[in-house]
Amino acid sequence: MEDATDRIAQPWGGRVPYGRHETWPARVDTFLADGVEPEAVQRWVQSASILHSDGDAMDIAVTDGRMVGVRGRDVDRVNRGRLGPKDLFGWQANASRDRLTRPLVRRDGRLVETDWDTAMDVVAARSRELLDRRGPGSIGFYTSGQLFLEEYYTLAVLARAGIGTNHLDGNTRLCTATAAEALKETFGCDGQPGSYDDFDHADVIALFGHNIAETQPVQWMRLLDRMEGADPPRLLCVDPRPTRVAQHAAVHLAPRGGTNVALLNALLHETIRHDRIDRDFVDAHTVGFEELAERVADCTPKWAADICDVPAARIEEAAELVGTTDALVSTVLQGVYQSHQATAAAVQINNLHLIRGMLGRPGAGLLQMNGQPTAQNTRECGANGDLPGFRNWQNDTHVADLAKVWNVEPETIPHFAPPTHAMQMYRYAEQGSIRMLWISGTNPAVSLPELSRIRSILTQERLFTVVQDLFLTETAQLADVVLPAATWGEKTGALTNADRTVHLSEKAVEPPGEARPDLDIFLDYARRMDFRDKDGGPLITWDDPESAFEAWKRCSAGRPCDYTGLSYAKLRDTSGIQWPCDEESPEGTARLYTDGIDWAHPDLCESYGKDLETGASQEVVEYRSLNPDGKAVLKAAAYRPPHEEPDEEYPFQLTTGRTIYQFHTRTKTGRAPQLDAAAPDVWVEISTADADRLGLGEGDLVDVTSRRGALRGRLRPTGIRPGLLFVPFHYGYWDTDDGSGPGPDTPGRAANEATITDWDPASKQPLFKTATAALTLVERGDGRPSPAPTTTASAPATAGVARPTAGGPAAHTAQTPAEFPHGREEGAQ
Amino acid sequence: MNGITLTLRTLHRGERHLAHDLVTVAERHRTEHEVHHVATDLAVWSREHVRRLAEAAAGHDVKLGDPPDHSPDGVFATLRKKASEAVVHRPEPGLLLLRDLRELHVAAAENSLHWEMLAQAAQASRDSGLLELASSCHPQTLRQMRWTNTMIKNLSPQLLNSL
Ligand code: SF4
Repeated sequence: MEDATDRIAQPWGGRVPYGRHETWPARVDTFLADGVEPEAVQRWVQSASILHSDGDAMDIAVTDGRMVGVRGRDVDRVNRGRLGPKDLFGWQANASRDRLTRPLVRRDGRLVETDWDTAMDVVAARSRELLDRRGPGSIGFYTSGQLFLEEYYTLAVLARAGIGTNHLDGNTRLCTATAAEALKETFGCDGQPGSYDDFDHADVIALFGHNIAETQPVQWMRLLDRMEGADPPRLLCVDPRPTRVAQHAAVHLAPRGGTNVALLNALLHETIRHDRIDRDFVDAHTVGFEELAERVADCTPKWAADICDVPAARIEEAAELVGTTDALVSTVLQGVYQSHQATAAAVQINNLHLIRGMLGRPGAGLLQMNGQPTAQNTRECGANGDLPGFRNWQNDTHVADLAKVWNVEPETIPHFAPPTHAMQMYRYAEQGSIRMLWISGTNPAVSLPELSRIRSILTQERLFTVVQDLFLTETAQLADVVLPAATWGEKTGALTNADRTVHLSEKAVEPPGEARPDLDIFLDYARRMDFRDKDGGPLITWDDPESAFEAWKRCSAGRPCDYTGLSYAKLRDTSGIQWPCDEESPEGTARLYTDGIDWAHPDLCESYGKDLETGASQEVVEYRSLNPDGKAVLKAAAYRPPHEEPDEEYPFQLTTGRTIYQFHTRTKTGRAPQLDAAAPDVWVEISTADADRLGLGEGDLVDVTSRRGALRGRLRPTGIRPGLLFVPFHYGYWDTDDGSGPGPDTPGRAANEATITDWDPASKQPLFKTATAALTLVERGDGRPSPAPTTTASAPATAGVARPTAGGPAAHTAQTPAEFPHGREEGAQ
Repeated sequence: MNGITLTLRTLHRGERHLAHDLVTVAERHRTEHEVHHVATDLAVWSREHVRRLAEAAAGHDVKLGDPPDHSPDGVFATLRKKASEAVVHRPEPGLLLLRDLRELHVAAAENSLHWEMLAQAAQASRDSGLLELASSCHPQTLRQMRWTNTMIKNLSPQLLNSL
């Protein structure tokens, strides 16, 4: 039976119920361009999604050298053939007419076309001049969470050992920096403990600030399927919005912004008070229990209820839910990571799992999520403010080891201080100590907080900016040199998703015009700069994706993210494999920490930890005395009030977030017709109570103003918590009159006009959810609803005020039931 | 006046100063966002220390003042804020920042030593109240020191090499 569904109207498609401990049935989702029949497809090319962190495996349909569609891979354990709406429709953006096809350089204030040689010579000449005159600290690299592993690794080698700069980070700083930091604080090392397969076995699934229905839609399909099967899981949802998760939750908590630590401390308090603790696990595998117990001793549900503004009875129910189950899976995302006390809160979720012994077995696990598809790769490769292979910059042995891999002197690799994080890099650029910023695959002029400040940094005369991207993004428009990049489907590389699953994504078609793979661009630069190792040989010895992958394998050997058992050939004939994958575990590793904590020993750990409240780093001596045997660390934290609280002038809390139809700054999804039509413009969500009080309604045009700036959008009253405004994060200016920012005819549209420059002191992740704002009416609605979708958390509180979001025939997608080959399933054991 | 009340007085003065200096530094370096926010948070600890020291002193019949006002002193704060925004694009304030962080570090270190002295004296005189006070406040003072130390360590390479 084949079934065609409008996957804009029904983003999660049809249901296939299955019971606890059973295998999630496969279903192949296919979308082909209008008029293309499956039989007419000439080649199917293996790939995986780069429009969110699921790592959904798919095949790209190719006919006459063009991409004509995609199909989920049923053999893959991550998605079992399913695809989300972004996967189904997003590929069409590759063929947009406004792709960059030639390099551009700024001449007399204007970007003009040029050839690669000229553009790259300009970049190399400026680099050399800055190196000579101001040293390596004057050059910074800001990369993405959307490139491939081979590209990050090459960039890390050329930046750290070639240029010798400490300034290399990715936009994963906005996305997964707290996930990484929280894992380092607790387990001494990065690395996702759990597996998506844990969803098949869990009894309770707690989603902390994680709107999985919209950010990881395929895993939400999995939960929906389980909820319709035998012995369904119960959900705990912590989110201020009426998300789909909230609608399906056994307990939904909608705390005030910035109060996660208070809530979590109350959950820990209840867990300890009722003695819902796995003492043996705590004794065998952790340190710090007494301190934690002491810290949360006074954090009663009543205490937290006042701070979080949720009923104490609900907190008790939530505590019972997570405290009495035998199989708890927790997931964490931006509602925690981009909010006040981000790392402190994320760590408390780790603590909950440790004291309950919920780790390392099917159905008991922890998923500190990623937002971006290849965020995990920046972390492993050290392109995100860490050293490659989860090495510890404070440990000279680790640095020496890395220097050996690269055949350079250890002093070549800057390790006198932690690698500079993105927000600090922008500060250095603002102040003038960074004079060149090379931005690859990301769009800070929309995605960073306080955009007027970011624009003023990027437009400084003295700052030389190189932007490497697919389109003339808001950021590219401000650049000095623009390099046209090839993307997914036009180049080959590996990518690793949020549960450590490595996929290979192969080149299916040629990139447009002169656009080049990011890897080729970095290699070209390295050649022009003539980077050398300590014996005078070339520093970078590889020249294509596969040889770069092989080089990375050597760097990963013996480290937690060991790739030595993988190869392109193996990834080709199996589909996703989870690292570590080496001689001992050639089929990969489903879960970390199945028999204890592996990487927290003082000699092995990636980090000695930080003070969660101040960010002060610990030294090895302290770490050694605290944790001599390398157990997991139960790190307590006190609640502190947010840095900005509503007042008379700015009476609302303001939060931003992601929605199902758009990705990042809409660079690609805004160019896929079905996705664009589903959510074409920014909107502002308000609670019905606040809307009534202010006499405002659906479709009214409003200004959201903060101390930093303003944006304008149409209002959507929803079931969001009172006192809070929500604005989607994705919208920028490339499709408006003024191009790169607000202008005379373009009022503010990006949520980040209004967000605050503040970051978590431990993870350095900027906070997008803790600003305050005022709301003013610009103009009454004209009867047209706001452009917010009705299928998601943005659904109107009053049914019928807006036409249901639908894609029509253009969004019809096939769903075919399929057999999942049992041999490779890890599940029902 | 005995040595304990003398130490309480000294520490009270020291924590008052530190609270004030943290807020001043936070204002002066508004455009160094991390310094601004964390210094503001850390000032809360010192204010709390001042309050608790005054309480303890009252138990020893010594009257010590309240913590300084929460808000930094109006006009000057505005001036400092304006000054910090005026130089947002200049490198030189980096030196001033390092100097300020150093001063904070030294002030916190002095307080730390005084907490040590107080704790020792409390032990010798079996004053469990004071010992409790010292052992709950001193760790926060140490954390203030670690923070300034970390910031200096992280920022110096860039700031001193770019002048
Ligand atoms: S939109 Fe957010 S969650 Fe998605 S990639 Fe960007 S920062 Fe991460």
